Amino acid sequence: MTQELLLKVEDLQVRFYTLRGVVHALERVSFHLNRQETLGLAGETGCGKSVTARAILRLIDPPGRIEKGAIHFEGRNLLEAEESEMRRIRGSQISMIMQEPKVSINPVIRVGKQIAETLLIHNKSLNGRTARKRAVDMLAQVGIPDPEKMSRRYPHELSGGMSQRVMIAMMLVTRPKLLIADEPTSALDVTIQAQILELMKTLVREIKTSVLMITHDLGVMAETCDRVAVMYAGNVVEMGSVRDVLKNPRHPYTQSLLQTVPDNANPDQPLFSIKGNVPSLLEPQTNCVFAPRCEFTMDRCVREKPKNYAVTGGHQAACFLIEDRGNQN
Amino acid sequence: MMPETAKKDNSRLLDIKNLHVHFPIREGVLHRNRSTVKAVNGVSLILNRGEVFGLVGESGCGKTTLGRAVVGLAPITSGSIVFNKKSIVRLTGQEARKRARHIQLIFQDPHASLHPRKTACDLVGVGLKLHGLANGYEIDEQVLAMLKRVGFNAEHLYRYAHEFSGGQRQRIALARALVLYPELLILDEPTSALDVSVQAQILNLLKELQQEFHLTYLFISHDLGVVRYMSDRIGVMYLGHIVEIGSTAHVFGKSQHPYTRILLSSLPSIDPDTPPDREVLEGDPPTPIDPPPGCPFAPRCPEARDLCRKDLPDLIQRGDDAGHLSACHYPHIS
Repeated sequence: MTQELLLKVEDLQVRFYTLRGVVHALERVSFHLNRQETLGLAGETGCGKSVTARAILRLIDPPGRIEKGAIHFEGRNLLEAEESEMRRIRGSQISMIMQEPKVSINPVIRVGKQIAETLLIHNKSLNGRTARKRAVDMLAQVGIPDPEKMSRRYPHELSGGMSQRVMIAMMLVTRPKLLIADEPTSALDVTIQAQILELMKTLVREIKTSVLMITHDLGVMAETCDRVAVMYAGNVVEMGSVRDVLKNPRHPYTQSLLQTVPDNANPDQPLFSIKGNVPSLLEPQTNCVFAPRCEFTMDRCVREKPKNYAVTGGHQAACFLIEDRGNQN
Repeated sequence: MMPETAKKDNSRLLDIKNLHVHFPIREGVLHRNRSTVKAVNGVSLILNRGEVFGLVGESGCGKTTLGRAVVGLAPITSGSIVFNKKSIVRLTGQEARKRARHIQLIFQDPHASLHPRKTACDLVGVGLKLHGLANGYEIDEQVLAMLKRVGFNAEHLYRYAHEFSGGQRQRIALARALVLYPELLILDEPTSALDVSVQAQILNLLKELQQEFHLTYLFISHDLGVVRYMSDRIGVMYLGHIVEIGSTAHVFGKSQHPYTRILLSSLPSIDPDTPPDREVLEGDPPTPIDPPPGCPFAPRCPEARDLCRKDLPDLIQRGDDAGHLSACHYPHIS
């Protein structure tokens, strides 16, 4: 299969100008996503995962501002696009599934109508009846029993798992080229999470869409993603195939993060914990962001900021340790 | 087998027998339809002194209500709870206050459980004041000692709760509970609002404190990885019932109840090379409003037979191990 590029984010920088100071939400974020590929964006609260997603859709509201960088989607730089063009792209070319289905679905419009509405907005030539028919078909496709009847229900009549299915139906009915899923299963129980992940995997294959999967759950990531980008304090610190990153992590932050997961830990030993706290995003970053908490900090780490260094083809990490090793070879 | 069991004296600290917690509700436009939410529906459970008992289950299974019933925050419909050989059902006044000193609860969301406009010192000291355990300077001394133990300095003493991060708040909540030297600590999803790296810090602290203060934990969580790491014994709840109970090794290694097996297989592995051999459960968890007779899991169980829909199975020993019980007519026994 040829790897055709769909999305390329380059040196994206987003800042929020708040009363307490400038929040450096995204400092240097670069990654790419190929067609029909699932890229995971991992990291802890406040590392900039969701801001990245919103920036791609140009949904950063004041006081936030996209300072610089480029977001190439199918060769077009979205940061240069007109707002009217963005409105056409949102929902038809790029869709986004939110974390809390209950909050992001309109509670006073019937489910079927909401799905049909998405179609009608993006395709003016479609008539209402066809749109509604397609909505019902889509509900069946996401595994909702008795879709005809369910399409006339209101969102509050549905359970959490069902709402998330409706949300997925709504986002995939236009067959977008890119689906951004922001923590799609964090609000759900494990057995329901398993259902939704299976469903997403099948649909993504059928509709041939690419997925940007945002999650803090490394297990979900291991199971659904082809490639992974790990974020820390507004920077992508490591990127590579899911196997490279989870099995052979090269950035000290990724290594630490994987060790803090209690799943396979020995109960007789304390869990590994990263010393210190996440740095304040109010201060400008001139050094490696992880340096104050890192076990391998060198003089260089506090003086300058590491670039992305290649470990192997496609696997890269922003750490001087990699560069040094590279020089030796 | 485990060296820890020798250290523990196996006296019963908490004995819950056939506990029911039901909430009457009214539905419909005119609130005419009366029904009952059976949040906890006949749970029996024994906690030994010095052990960590993990309670797992999905949202709505009644695990939180069970914890709240023990501290008197949920109305007990029937059944008994014996703590230190004394019944603690429907206590009022002085008696309830005494219970609160010995049984403390840590809530899930530390942003909601700490008053944002009180200082760390006030929050931790209020228990000492209410229970008359210390006066004047003694309060400050004890509070500071406890805050230091959970990782704070004197400079944090007069900061307001809203100035702390999630992990710090959870540590303040722990200090607030421990300053009274309770015997039983009920931890209701203590780390689910936290990031994994912060979670690791809190879990380590909880393990240290349990040894140091000779505490017994009732550890409630939906996160199986966390429960496995923390607990000596585990109880699995489904729709107000305990469906399986046993040592951590038994419940995880030799699960007997189909629900436990499915729950364990639903957990995504962080190893990308492990093939997901999961059984995906159909449907949603049923509501605990007037549940049907028979096994609560029967409507979703892939192995349900006629008997399961009619008869509620008892929670009894079904395998070789005396401490491993399950409530299933057709358990998996290897």
